[in-house]
Amino acid sequence: MPPREENEFTSERHVYEPHKIGLPPLRPYVRELWRRREFAREMARTNLRAQHFNTAFGQVWLVLNPLLLACVYFLLVYILRGAGSRGTDFFAHLLAGLFAYYFISDSIRLSVKSVTGGGRLILNTAFPRALLPLAGVITAFMRFLPTLVIYIPVHIIAGLPVDQHLLWLIPLIFLMFVMAAGAGMLVSALQVYFRDVKNFLPYFLRVWLYSSPVLYYADEVPEGLHWILYVNPLGGLLTAWSDVLIFGANPEPWAIGMATAWAFGIFIAGGLFFVSREREFAVRL
Amino acid sequence: MSSLSASEPRIRVEDVSVTYRTSLEAAPTFKSTVLRLGRRERVVREVEALKGVSFEVPEGQVLGVVGANGAGKSTLMRTVAGILPPNSGRVEVHGRVSTLLALGVGFNRKMTGRQNVVLGGLAAGLTRDQLAAKYEEIVAFAELEDFMDMPMRTYSSGMYGRLAFAVAVTMEPEILLIDEALSVGDARFRKKSFRKMRELCGENRTILLVSHALGSIKELCDQAIWIHKGELRMWDDPEAVVDAYTEFLEVGEDAFTMEDV
Repeated sequence: MPPREENEFTSERHVYEPHKIGLPPLRPYVRELWRRREFAREMARTNLRAQHFNTAFGQVWLVLNPLLLACVYFLLVYILRGAGSRGTDFFAHLLAGLFAYYFISDSIRLSVKSVTGGGRLILNTAFPRALLPLAGVITAFMRFLPTLVIYIPVHIIAGLPVDQHLLWLIPLIFLMFVMAAGAGMLVSALQVYFRDVKNFLPYFLRVWLYSSPVLYYADEVPEGLHWILYVNPLGGLLTAWSDVLIFGANPEPWAIGMATAWAFGIFIAGGLFFVSREREFAVRL
Repeated sequence: MSSLSASEPRIRVEDVSVTYRTSLEAAPTFKSTVLRLGRRERVVREVEALKGVSFEVPEGQVLGVVGANGAGKSTLMRTVAGILPPNSGRVEVHGRVSTLLALGVGFNRKMTGRQNVVLGGLAAGLTRDQLAAKYEEIVAFAELEDFMDMPMRTYSSGMYGRLAFAVAVTMEPEILLIDEALSVGDARFRKKSFRKMRELCGENRTILLVSHALGSIKELCDQAIWIHKGELRMWDDPEAVVDAYTEFLEVGEDAFTMEDV
């Protein structure tokens, strides 16, 4: 029998036939992707180093930025909705929601140019291209983790419950990662065909934030507008996020259901789109 | 490896054609697509980079590739490396491939030389241990000890090429694809890389060598092909191919006195 690592990218026998568009065999693709996961990790580390993540002030800034934003939004909501209606638990909700939202939007912003910016590497090396957007998602994840630490004191000061419901955070963060990876692959592949995708992104991301239950609680959404929470991929996910973190309860079934469906839906759609197109990237750059 | 019979070629290219469409627009955008809607004016040019090229490279052979600029040599290399899929035909490669296409490393000019080498190597499927073992050798060969921690945008083009060459030849691939790499660096480095090439060619490695230095094609290669406008014009021993090619170029023997290596 041939050795296990027999596959398209490294080993002994490679056959290249016409297959401009269409899926490569997925099993060896994924195996090869996994074998080169070090690349994505190293790329993320290099990205972070470029953002001065390794210096004390660089780290402080990364955390300070969403923290200050949370203060700005808190002030905004405080003024718009009037004093008294909002307490420290709302601030905790706002902060947790912003951190989660920034993980997703950072993933997208960091991966959108990963393919078009990887020109030489793509032109000269055969490797699973999905590593490039995934490196962006891992970078965003590494930036997301310290913000979770910042959230802890806010959670405690706000007197929010610490109980077994917090275990839900693990599957929820996993779903965020899956969704971020799918969205990253989708936008980075789109960027190859439409180079102005990155110019539209800021507006799209802004609308996405406002339509997500971050600046308000999910149950404050008027009855007639509830569909927004279903249509928005983050609607269910962030509702569940607050259910668990702020209300110390199990997430509502619809929320966790929508979150799972959207996360895997985006992952499969983005992944298939990316992988079926990636052989064409070399001629599109 | 054991399944590979002696007679089977390491690289087999069968009737391969590669066509791609280049858009004359600066870059495809959503905006331009919308503006173009309804009007059917799409400015694309179809480029037939390779037209029905077939050849084989047996184990241990050094195959030279000559041809004018834009003849399709780089496309051929990328197809063999599995980077560009052929539109028709079939490419079969046995063995671990290392590509040294024009300026292979250095994909991110903002990153340092070290980061580029490590990331390029990891993408090519090497492990961290393999890279660590080879790293010093690469740096020493490229003679860039003082520059590895500087961003590659500060490198001169010669330094770029030296690093790329060092990476490709140090990785000990079974199959080596080299694209005009003999003409990087100063005269001294060129001599050194030529010596390295001769050493590699003597090691029973399968090598595909693209070069405009016709003298080195003659000296290093066992066989040569000449590609002209995407078609295989000739496949013969290097002397014959180079002579025919030089005659075609109508530069006669001048080519040899003018060339560098």
